[in-house]
Amino acid sequence: MPGPRKQSFAKPKNAKGTFRRILKYFKPYRGQLVLVLIGLLASVAANIAGTYMLRPIINEYIIPWIGNENPDFTGLIGQLAVMAAVYTIGILGTFMYNRLMINVSTGTLLKLRLEMFTKMQTLPISYFDGRTHGEIMSTYTNDTDVMREMISQGLPSFISSAVRIVGVFTMMIVLNPILTGIAILMLVIMMLITKTIAGRSGRFFKARQDSVGKVNGYIEEMIEGQKVVKVFCHEQAVNSRFDELNETLRRNTAAASTLASIMGPIMNNLSHVTYAIIAASGGLLGVAGIIDIGTLGAFLQYTRSFSMPVAEISQQANNVLSALAGAERIFALLDEKAEEDEGDIVMVNARVNEKGELEECSERTEIWAWKKPTGELIRVRGDVRFEGVTFSYDGKVDVLKNVSLYAKPGQKIAFVGSTGAGKTTITNLINRFYDIQSGRITYDGIPIRQIKKASLRGSLGMVLQDTHLFTGTVRENIRYGRLDATDEEIVSAAKLANAHYFISHLPEGYDTVLTADGANLSQGQRQLIAIARAAVADPPVLILDEATSSIDTRTESLIEKGMDSLMKDRTVFVIAHRLSTVRNSDAIMVLEHGEIIERGNHDELIKQQGKYYQLYMGMFELS
Amino acid sequence: MIKTIWPYTKGYRFKSILAALTIIGEVLVEVSIPYMMADIVNIGIENKDTAFIIQRGIMMILMAIASLSLGALSARFASVSSAGFAKNLRGGLFERVQSFSFANVDHFSTASLITRLTTDVNTIQNTYMMAVRTFIRAPFMLIAATVMAVRISPELAVVFLFALPILAIIIGILMSKTFPRFKAMLAKFDAMNASVQENLTAIRVVKAFVRGDYEDERFTFSANEVKDYQVKAEKLLVVAMPMAQYMVYICMIAVCYLGGVQIVEGRLQSGDLISFISYIGQVLSAVMMVAMMMVMLVMSRASMARITEVLAERPSINDDDAKDIAVTDGSIEFDDVSFSYNGNPDNPNLEHIKLKIASGETIGIIGGTGSAKSTLVQLIPRLYDVTSGAVRVAGHNVKEYKIQTLRHSVSMVLQKNVLFSGTIKENLKWGNADATDAEIEEACRAAAADGFIKNFPDGYDTELGQGGVNVSGGQKQRLCIARALISKPKIIILDDSTSAVDTATDAAIRKALNEELSGTTTIIIAQRIASVMDADRIVIMNEGKIDDVGTHAELMQRSEIYREVYYSQQKGVEE
Repeated sequence: MPGPRKQSFAKPKNAKGTFRRILKYFKPYRGQLVLVLIGLLASVAANIAGTYMLRPIINEYIIPWIGNENPDFTGLIGQLAVMAAVYTIGILGTFMYNRLMINVSTGTLLKLRLEMFTKMQTLPISYFDGRTHGEIMSTYTNDTDVMREMISQGLPSFISSAVRIVGVFTMMIVLNPILTGIAILMLVIMMLITKTIAGRSGRFFKARQDSVGKVNGYIEEMIEGQKVVKVFCHEQAVNSRFDELNETLRRNTAAASTLASIMGPIMNNLSHVTYAIIAASGGLLGVAGIIDIGTLGAFLQYTRSFSMPVAEISQQANNVLSALAGAERIFALLDEKAEEDEGDIVMVNARVNEKGELEECSERTEIWAWKKPTGELIRVRGDVRFEGVTFSYDGKVDVLKNVSLYAKPGQKIAFVGSTGAGKTTITNLINRFYDIQSGRITYDGIPIRQIKKASLRGSLGMVLQDTHLFTGTVRENIRYGRLDATDEEIVSAAKLANAHYFISHLPEGYDTVLTADGANLSQGQRQLIAIARAAVADPPVLILDEATSSIDTRTESLIEKGMDSLMKDRTVFVIAHRLSTVRNSDAIMVLEHGEIIERGNHDELIKQQGKYYQLYMGMFELS
Repeated sequence: MIKTIWPYTKGYRFKSILAALTIIGEVLVEVSIPYMMADIVNIGIENKDTAFIIQRGIMMILMAIASLSLGALSARFASVSSAGFAKNLRGGLFERVQSFSFANVDHFSTASLITRLTTDVNTIQNTYMMAVRTFIRAPFMLIAATVMAVRISPELAVVFLFALPILAIIIGILMSKTFPRFKAMLAKFDAMNASVQENLTAIRVVKAFVRGDYEDERFTFSANEVKDYQVKAEKLLVVAMPMAQYMVYICMIAVCYLGGVQIVEGRLQSGDLISFISYIGQVLSAVMMVAMMMVMLVMSRASMARITEVLAERPSINDDDAKDIAVTDGSIEFDDVSFSYNGNPDNPNLEHIKLKIASGETIGIIGGTGSAKSTLVQLIPRLYDVTSGAVRVAGHNVKEYKIQTLRHSVSMVLQKNVLFSGTIKENLKWGNADATDAEIEEACRAAAADGFIKNFPDGYDTELGQGGVNVSGGQKQRLCIARALISKPKIIILDDSTSAVDTATDAAIRKALNEELSGTTTIIIAQRIASVMDADRIVIMNEGKIDDVGTHAELMQRSEIYREVYYSQQKGVEE
């Protein structure tokens, strides 16, 4: 399967519960699993029976005829035909259970993946804040992969090995209890050796994992800073540091992998030792007349097939444990608390009928209304108010302190302040990426908690500082704003954002495929596309968070007209670093340490000669 | 592919050979064990010779122990050599990436380079380990067990003659059908993971546009595709296993019959039959092992291809035409320079640039998004090579200097700049490893960084997180400028390096540069007119061409673009 598996050491915390929960996913496959079990048993039984038949074949159908001039082979042929039939059944069983397990494992994994992804879409932003992408990705890749292996290979081989051990053991006792005793003694020795080695390996694996982390971290940092390395001709220094880390990794890998790969030959050859001891003791018993040749032949075959499943089980036990640990991480994601959405007011398209009343309609009218569960309609105007809002990300430090502000419909409100002053936080509260601890935020007079999140966010168009574009064509990326937008609407949105010109100059125009990290566009161009994306969404309220930070002032002045028409009749929240961007706002809020320290329009604030004035005159550094 | 990778086995070839030899030894000893067993039955039991049985038994145990030691040794050799090979390969890749020019780096994305150096190397390492062990073990097992079987009874061994080709054909057909299906599945798998990754990075956009359901739909599609392709691929694979096993059973039955007849006729002993059956198992499991190896090999082929791609990439900028000359002054000349990122002269990013800059001059460059300002200056320290024309520094074509010499004299502060984990001082020393504390402080003063650094509790020894996360944007930019100044360059280029610095500090930095580096040619790319206003000359770039060059006063008079930018930024201030 794709990618090497990470060695996982985390032991499952609640193996039993997790296993039970996995079993629940097997429920739809109950019928198939019964067949799997039947196939599995048939396969094992056939194998054991086939081997057992060696004894009568040799003892009864071959040896008695030795030296006979006219031997009768019909008995032998008959016996072999039975053997063939037994094996055929076994093979059919093997094929059946393997084939059915594909359905079970792929189906179960599909279900898990879909559940994970769907769940992920409902999780609050704070979940993503606290985890790296790598962490979450590894749940999708590594954890599901070990689970796939456990379901498709681990469990069946675990069960078949267990059945085989019991079966073979029984047969061995039937054949010869003395030799069986010897076999068991050897088995105990094998298990002790395995345990000793496994107990030691942990330390080495940990050391290897640490160096892997260090090397990968260094690779990441240096490749990301590659251009800086080049500019300073620092290649040699970087190389020699890497060599050190690389060498440590080599040493630790060699040690860990030796321990891992030494198990195979040890187990394999110990089974040879067992084979030798049994052969010799069997020979002695044969001399003493206690055992016949056919029995010894069959017993020796059993000896081989006895140690194999034992090795298999000890190996699978580890896999199953690490798969359970992986499953626990998957279930932890599934059990994560979803975003709360207690709101029941939704946004609908509306029109004004002849009587001058609002009524709901299905087509887009550029008029929206909040629809209460009672059916009452309130026109969406874009009146947003904060009343004494206090907010903290971690419950310790207040990022916003008792903030009150209002945006009247159609007003442009700007936030100014240094990094960490709380500008972005305010916009994140309006769309309920986070919930406030105290105070009240209302939207057209409705507390935003009462509005369904999808409707609330649908009413807010956002252009974020980090423009994330998706793999797909430029057209698809703009259409992300409104999935039913026509091609004409997309082009006019692009024109509004002044993006049409450069898009038409791309090799495939609007059908140019953007790569995942959008490497083929400049940061400024990406922002223009993001603006077009928001424009096509055509929402009642707009939030622009450093939307034009990577666009030069000249281009910005070119798109000003487009932006003006985009902002017309809408309530707009603007966060901008560049003060020229916010100058013509209706109100500018200067934030510092989570508090609004100044508010007013540009002229008023300049007159005040306060912080804004100082910022504007370049006396302070915004960072 | 193998040819590119082969040199990286250096230093570990001997150990690899030892790993192979020990495993061959293990196989040889291992296959003789059932043969010895036949003697116990045939001679020992037949003649009731207890001493013989014990002697043979002890021999068998010793052989098993010998085989165990050989196997363990081989595991050790294989581990050491595969870990060493991986180290060489990783080191080779890393070094190659370090030798890449900007153009090479642009060619691969950062993320894909990282995957190649981590995941792909790991896959190759596992394959190498298997190659030196299983790949040697399986064929030898096959040969040795066949030889032993022939020794016991050439007539019975005829069974192999039929069974092996049939098995080989069956496996061959199945595998050749399975490979493409597995490859297709892996591609789907990658696509699915990529979509999760994308969803994660853009989660705020997804939520802001309430596109959870839409994303869900897209993911459902790709997850279903993965499932379908997986079923398709594995469906074939599960046929192979039972088929091979069935072949083993058929052989056993055939051998039982033929062997039985021979025993009755006195041409074979019953012990031989038992050991022969053991060999059947060994031969056929070896064939299966080869088949499984093929699957693994195909899976690692993609990784191998991705690695060789990096190794095969030639650094596009090198010292081939370099002479041992020093950069004597800071004069720069662009002589009819055209440049295109993709090397296509019909689609140039810079067109026919002609510009002479005198040593010690201060040049400002302004222009819109995508007007190729950064592209222009990146040609000076040869971060890219011109497509046509020539760039000269101090009268010599930049290609005549050793890259190290050139870049040491031409310091550049990149627009997308990075600080590395380590202390502030360590970061600054990138500019010049031998810089004294006094020199470092001097550079920091010029970059207006000295003040805030000294305010940190640990001063110059403050640890920076990866990417310099614990300093603000403006502070980061000033540190980057200081780092560039430490090498005391002849030419310093600031590519939009003060965008997060307030205007007062910006002016202070420019003043310091003017005074302390009066002999240094300074090129400033900026968005703010204020940052370039005082320059000796200002270059206006527009869509890859120089639109105009002149002083602030001249440009205010004759350049419409300049005026436009000026007024867009001044609006309000003069009101």
